[in-house]
Amino acid sequence: MTQWIDVCSVDDLQPDSGVCALVEGHQVAIFYMPRESVVYALDNYDPFGNANVLSRGLIGDIKGQPVVASPLYKQHFNLQTGVCLEDETVKIPAYAIRIENGSVQVSITEQDDEI
Amino acid sequence: MVTKQTLVVIGNGMVGQQFLASLVASGINKNYKIVTFCEEPRAAYDRVHLSEFFSGKTADDLSLVEPGFFEQNDITIHLGDKASKIHRHSKSVVSEKGVTIRYDKLVLATGSYPFVPPVPGHDRPQCLVYRTIEDLEAMTSAAKNSKVGAVVGGGLLGLEAAKALTDLGLQTHVVEFAPRLMAVQLDEAGGAMLRRKIENLGVTVHTGKNTSIITDGEQCANKMCFADGEELETDIILFSAGIRPRDDIARDCALEVGPRGGIVINNQCLTSDPDIYAIGECALWNGMIYGLVAPGYAMARTVVADLAGNVASFTGADMSTKLKLMGVDVASIGDAHAKTQGALVYTYQNGASEVYKRLVVSQDKKQLLGAVLVGEASGYGTLLQYCLNGIELPENPDALILPARSDESVGLGPDALPMSAQICSCFDVTKGAVCQAIEAGCVTIGALKEETKASTGCGGCAPLLKSVMNSELAKHGFEVNTDICEHFPYTRQDLYNLIMVEEIRTFDTLLEKHGRGRGCEICKPAVGSILASYWNDYILKTEHLGLQDTNDTFLANMQKDGTYSIVPRITGGEVSPDMLIALGQVGKKYKLYTKITGGQRVDLFGARVDQLPHIWKELIDAGFESGHAYGKSLRTVKSCVGSTWCRYGIDDSVGLAVELENRYKGLRSPHKIKFAVSGCTRECAEAQGKDVGVIATETGWNLYVCGNGGMKPRHADLFATSLDKETLIKYIDRFLSFYVRTADRLQRTAVWMENMEGGLDYLKSVIIDDKLGLCEQLEQQMQHVIDTYHCEWKTTIEDESKLKRFRHFINSDQPDDNVVFVEERGQIRPADEEERRHFKMVEVA
Ligand code: SRM
Ligand SMILES: Cc1cc2nc3c(=O)[nH]c(=O)nc-3n(C[C@H](O)[C@H](O)[C@H](O)COP(=O)(O)OP(=O)(O)OC[C@H]3O[C@@H](n4cnc5c(N)ncnc54)[C@H](O)[C@@H]3O)c2cc1C
Ligand code: SF4
Ligand code: FES
Repeated sequence: MTQWIDVCSVDDLQPDSGVCALVEGHQVAIFYMPRESVVYALDNYDPFGNANVLSRGLIGDIKGQPVVASPLYKQHFNLQTGVCLEDETVKIPAYAIRIENGSVQVSITEQDDEI
Repeated sequence: MVTKQTLVVIGNGMVGQQFLASLVASGINKNYKIVTFCEEPRAAYDRVHLSEFFSGKTADDLSLVEPGFFEQNDITIHLGDKASKIHRHSKSVVSEKGVTIRYDKLVLATGSYPFVPPVPGHDRPQCLVYRTIEDLEAMTSAAKNSKVGAVVGGGLLGLEAAKALTDLGLQTHVVEFAPRLMAVQLDEAGGAMLRRKIENLGVTVHTGKNTSIITDGEQCANKMCFADGEELETDIILFSAGIRPRDDIARDCALEVGPRGGIVINNQCLTSDPDIYAIGECALWNGMIYGLVAPGYAMARTVVADLAGNVASFTGADMSTKLKLMGVDVASIGDAHAKTQGALVYTYQNGASEVYKRLVVSQDKKQLLGAVLVGEASGYGTLLQYCLNGIELPENPDALILPARSDESVGLGPDALPMSAQICSCFDVTKGAVCQAIEAGCVTIGALKEETKASTGCGGCAPLLKSVMNSELAKHGFEVNTDICEHFPYTRQDLYNLIMVEEIRTFDTLLEKHGRGRGCEICKPAVGSILASYWNDYILKTEHLGLQDTNDTFLANMQKDGTYSIVPRITGGEVSPDMLIALGQVGKKYKLYTKITGGQRVDLFGARVDQLPHIWKELIDAGFESGHAYGKSLRTVKSCVGSTWCRYGIDDSVGLAVELENRYKGLRSPHKIKFAVSGCTRECAEAQGKDVGVIATETGWNLYVCGNGGMKPRHADLFATSLDKETLIKYIDRFLSFYVRTADRLQRTAVWMENMEGGLDYLKSVIIDDKLGLCEQLEQQMQHVIDTYHCEWKTTIEDESKLKRFRHFINSDQPDDNVVFVEERGQIRPADEEERRHFKMVEVA
C-alpha cells in the first residue's frame, strides 16, 4: 500500500513552477499546474548536470507530454515518468504525489511506469 | 617528374585576387608555381566598399584575402614590390626591389589610376585622388585642418567621394565639366533630379565648369579658377575625373595597346603575346575599358578556363549599375540614352517626391533596352532581368515605372526567369546555380551565400536572391516555419504585436487566445520578456513567475553546482572605495568567491539560494542595485576613464556611461544588450564591439550599433556622427525600442540587423528619418520603461511572500548536501565529483 507523507501545504507550492521538498532524505522536486489542478513529483537531481536543481526548471509540454527542462543544460524530463526526452535510456525517479485537503502528500516508493 | 610551369600575376587588386581565388577553386593552381607582385603595401582589398573606411571599417575588414590563403596554396606574394619590366624574349619579370622571375604564363592585372587633368596647380598640397587606402588616409589627415572640400568630377565615383568629404565634416562642392551629373549613366532629366536631391543634402553642385588653374586661396588653402571667370575657394581638391588603364609596363615591352590606352585583349583575354593575358581595368576589349568589378571577374574566370584547356570566352559585360549616392538611389540599365535605332522612351517624373524614372523600349514595345531610375530604384532587379534575359514586356510597359499600380503586380516573379538568368553579376551566379544549391539543402540566405557566393560582392542582388529562394522553397513544399514553438503559430514579432494591439498582460491570456498546450521553455521566457519590455511589471508577480528562466526566477545566475552568483550593478564601471569595501565585506562574510568580470564589475560566486536575500539585503543597504546579469536585458555600459583624467580624453565618457546605464537599466529585451562609451578614438572601452557604442569626437558623439563579442564577433557599424547628447539619447531610445519590438528571441542586435532587408541603411531610415512614422511611439515606449524602473531585488526583499521560495527545501532549513566547496588560490570553488564523494564520506563517518 502506498505510504503517503505530508510534505507541505498547497499554498507553499509555486503556481506553474517548482519547489523542492526533503522527503525522508530524498530531494523531491514538486511541480504544480493549478489550471489543471495537477501536481507532479520527480527526483531533484539532474543526472546530466550532477546537481540538485530540477525543481528550478521551467515546466510545460512537448508534443502533449508534461515536462520540466533542466535549468542547467535544458534536457527535458517527462513529469509523469521521469524519462529524459533527449536520451530515453536516462530515467530519473518519479514519485506518487497527491493533494489531500489542501495538503501535499508524496510517496517515495518509486512509481511504476504504468501508473 | 614533370617540373611545374611558372605563372606570374602582376597586380594583386580586386581582379588579380579573384583570378587567384578562381584558380585555386578550379584546382589547376596545382599545375603551376605561382608568383604575384603587389605594388601596394597590403594584399587585395575591397575597393568597391572603400568608402566604408570612413564609417569605421579597417583595412582588415576590407581585405579580400582569406587568412592563410597564400601560404595554404603555396602562392608567393611580393608585397610592396612593383613589377617594373617584362622581358618577353627571356620571358621574365623584374621587380623594383630586384626580384627576377621567369614565367611560362603571365597575367597582367594592373588596374587603373585616377586621371588628374593637367591643369596648372594640380599637384599643389591637398590635391588628392580617391582609389587606395593610402589615399583615404591622406584625405582624413588633410580634412583635420580643412573646412571646405571640392570634388572635380560629378560621376559615380566623384559623388561617392563627395559623400566622404561631407562625412569628414567639410563644406562640400562638386565641380563637373559636363552640363549634368553622372553624364555617362543618366539622361538630362535624371541628372537634374539627382542634382536637386544632392543639393538638398548641403552639397553645392557646379556643372559646365572647366578648371583652368589652381592657385593660392585667400580664405582657403587653394583656389580653383574656372574658364568662365568664376572662382571657388577650397582647402581640399579631390580629383575624380575618370580612370586611365595602367598599361605602361605593357607599352614598354611593346604589347599592343589601344590609341587611348588599355592593353588590347581578345575573347580569351590574351594580349598580342600568346603567353600574356590581361584582365580587369587595365584591359581593353573590343575598344572598351570596363570600370566595374563584375566584368573584371568575368575576365578572370575566362583566363582560368583557358588555362585549364576549356573553351571560354569573354564577350562583353553588362554595365548596368545601381547605387546609393549620398542616400539617393540611382540606377542605370543598358541603353539608358536610347541610342538604339527606333527606341521609344517612357518617362515618369514626380517633382514632389523627387522621383524620376525612364524606360527605353524597342520599337515594337516588346523588349526593354534600358532604364534610368533616380530617387526610387526598387524596381531595378525586375527591370534588369527583363533587359538581360530579353523577357517580353507586359502590354503597357509604363506600368513598370508608374507608382499607381504597385511594383508587385507587374514585377517579374522569380518564376518568370529562365534558369540561365544571372542573379548575381559579381560572381556570375545563375538562377540555375541557386536552385541547385537549394536542392542540395541550402535553405537560408546565409547558406546560399556560402555555397554560391551570390550576394557577397556588391550586394545589389540580395533582394532578387531572396525572392528566388522563397519561391523555390515554396515550390518544394517547404514551409519556411518561423513559428516560435509548437505552442504558438507565430514569430516573436507577431507575439509582440498581439500583446501590444490587444493589450494582453499575461501569458495565460495570450495562450488562451492564440496558442495551444501549456507552453514550454521556449515560448514562456520569450513571452515573459515581451510582457516585461512592454508593460515592465515586476517579473516575479505570481502570473509571470513561471515564465521566467531559472536565473530570472531567482534573480541570480545559477552555477554548475546549483549555487548562484551575484552581480550588483556598477554603473559605467565607476565604484567608490566605500562601495568596494562593502562588496568585500559581503564577500568575506558569506565566504563567496570574488572575481572582476569582463564587464567592469564584480561577481560574487557560491551563494546558496537561501543566502541570496540576506546577501542582497546587505548590498542594497550599502547602496547597490540588481545588475541584471541574469536577464536578457541591459547588462553593462563599459567606459574608459575619459576626459576627466585621461590626457587624450575629449569628453566625459564615464559620465555618459553612467547616465546611459541608469537610463536603460532594467530594460528586458530579446537578448542581452551591452554598451560602451569611449572618451576618444583610441577607444579603450571597446565601444565598437558592443550593441551600442559611443565614441567622443571633437564635433560630438559618434554612435555605433550592432557589434558584439562572443561566439561570432562583429564590429559595430557607424550609425550617426557628431551628435549632441540629446539626439544621441533619442536615437538610442528608438534603436532599442525597435530592436525589442522586431527581433527574434535570442537574436542579438548584429544578427537582427543583418537579417533585416535593407540592413543598416534601412535601420537608419527608420531611426533617423522616421520612415515608418514610428519614432514617437518608440520613444514613448522607452520612456515608459524608464519611468517604471525599480530594483527587482529591492522589491523582492520587501515582499515576504516572494522570499518563501528562496530556500532549498520548502519544508526544511537544511542546505543542499550536494554543494561542497574546496579551496583554491585562497578562495572557494565547487568540489569536483571525486572531491565531493570524498567529502561526503568524511561527513558521514
Ligand atoms: C561573469 C562573466 C565572465 C567574467 O567573469 O568576466 C560572464 C559570464 C557568463 N557569460 Fe558572458 N560573461 C561576462 C562577460 C562577457 C563578455 C565581455 C563583455 O561584456 O564585455 C562577453 C563578450 C561580449 C558580448 O557579449 O558581446 C560575453 C559573452 C557571452 C556569450 C556570447 C554572446 C554572443 O552573442 O555570442 C554568452 C552566451 C549567451 O549569452 O548566449 C555568455 C554567457 C555567459 C554566462 C551567462 C553563461 C551561463 O549561462 O552560465 C556566464 C554567467 C556566469 C555568471 O553566473 O555570472 N557570455 N560575456 C562576465 C560578466 C560581465 C558582467 O559584468 O556582467
Ligand atoms: C571608391 C571606389 C568605388 C568603386 N565602386 C564600385 C562599384 O560600386 N561597383 C563596381 O563594379 N566597381 C566599383 N569601383 C571600381 C572597382 O574598384 C574596380 O573596377 C576594380 O578594383 C578593378 O580591379 P583591378 O584588379 O582591375 O584593379 P585594382 O583593384 O586597381 O588592382 C590593381 C592593382 O595592381 C597594382 N599594380 C599596378 N601595376 C603594378 C605593377 N607594375 N606591379 C605590381 N602591382 C601593380 C595596383 O597597385 C593595384 O593594387 C570602385 C572603385 C573605387 C576606387
Ligand atoms: S567565456 Fe564561457 S566559461 Fe568563461 S564566463 Fe563566459 S561563458 Fe563562462
Ligand atoms: S550582383 Fe554584386 S553581389 Fe551579387
